[in-house]
Amino acid sequence: MNAMFAIIHRDLLLVMRRKSEVLTAVFFFVVVTSLFPLGIGADPALLKKIAPGVIWVAALLSTLLGLHRMFAADYQDGALEQLALSPQPMVLLVAGKIIAHWIVCGLPLVVLAPIIGIQFDLDADSLYVLMATLLLGTPVLSLLGSIGAALTLGLRGGSVLMSLLILPLYIPVLIFGAGAVYANSVGLNTSGHFSLLGALLILALAFVPWVSTAAVKIAIE
Amino acid sequence: MNEVNSLSNSRWINWFKLSSPSTFYPLAGKLIPIFWGLTAVFGMAGLWVSFFVAPVDAVQGQGYRIIFIHVPASWMSMLIYLVMAAWAGLGLVFNTRLSAMMAQALAPIGAWMAFLSLWTGAFWGKPMWGAWWVWDARLTSELILLFLYLGFIALQASIENPRRADKAGAILALVGVVNVPIIYFSVKWWNTLHQGASVSLSKAPAMAQTMLWGMLLMALCFWMYSIAVGLMRVRAIILEREAHTDWVRQLSEVKS
Repeated sequence: MNAMFAIIHRDLLLVMRRKSEVLTAVFFFVVVTSLFPLGIGADPALLKKIAPGVIWVAALLSTLLGLHRMFAADYQDGALEQLALSPQPMVLLVAGKIIAHWIVCGLPLVVLAPIIGIQFDLDADSLYVLMATLLLGTPVLSLLGSIGAALTLGLRGGSVLMSLLILPLYIPVLIFGAGAVYANSVGLNTSGHFSLLGALLILALAFVPWVSTAAVKIAIE
Repeated sequence: MNEVNSLSNSRWINWFKLSSPSTFYPLAGKLIPIFWGLTAVFGMAGLWVSFFVAPVDAVQGQGYRIIFIHVPASWMSMLIYLVMAAWAGLGLVFNTRLSAMMAQALAPIGAWMAFLSLWTGAFWGKPMWGAWWVWDARLTSELILLFLYLGFIALQASIENPRRADKAGAILALVGVVNVPIIYFSVKWWNTLHQGASVSLSKAPAMAQTMLWGMLLMALCFWMYSIAVGLMRVRAIILEREAHTDWVRQLSEVKS
């Protein structure tokens, strides 16, 4: 476990040395969500209705932006091979990298979402639901994304290919995440959505680190 | 070549021997005409039943006949994904080259089936629902399946090293296979426009017997077609990947 925390610490440290990369993904989230009212019109009722979907899609895309960073730099300078050769279980190291990615790319979205939500005229109740779905959903995005990041390591046009591989897998998270906020806004029970999101998170936590580890090993062999 | 002759004489088929491209290649060549023949037989019978025998639907009129293409295509698109993932997984576990080649050969066929299913679905939806496309669970998950196929093909195409391409594709296929049950059960999960599955094993099908026969014959035709095209594709892939070997150079079709 210490190895995992060491990896998280290292990755966060690396990110803090180059803050611009993180801020880019966060600003992307803010800018994309601000584009929708400009494209659709300032009708508050319409904006309120599309807000959950817009915020969730923007969250999906901005998580994608940071994904290539998860393994690519370590792959290029050979650090990833050294990690694979180390006596620590590789799964823990990969899990550490995924957690670091979530802290950098997922957590800021959860914190920022209410501010965007207010711009879209969501009420306080919806904002809570939105934050809760993002808190459950963004880790799944980081987990699933790690598979794509590992599979496309070192390929030409890798990041475009990665979005093609990963976005279809994101769809269930998007459906239940945005669905919960929408259901809440029309007064329906949201517990089903939360259960399914939780189930996705548990499934992803249980299997994805191993899958990503296998994918990383294929890339460096 | 001699190995194949001895194989047909022996009483037990040695499956491990068949997993070598050099023995599988001539065998596939012999099987392809058989499966094309079966495709033609089932196809003609199925089309005859679906156009001339099956009655006109009371509600949907003649337009319903598109399901004789639509339903088999949807079935095949899901089944081929499962088969493809199974071959890919087999290749990953046993490290057999031929399994990965099979997976690679099946992907474009499955993608076409998914596309065909969406396309015919749109033709069916326009007169029945009044819309080419609705964002319903089954349509959407079929579309996702098409995306999964395209992702698999794109990933394999962009990795130069065939060994890594096989393994990476296998992982992607196995991850994507989680999606196939979601497609199948989505009818129950999201209650939407699309009519529920009309054919089920547990209860009596809610359609005329002849319609069911037409659909099953067409489904068999699609199976045989997929196998025939799959074998043709896998033969081409074998030739491409094994071009450096002696046995490929000595093939009469390569020499000429």
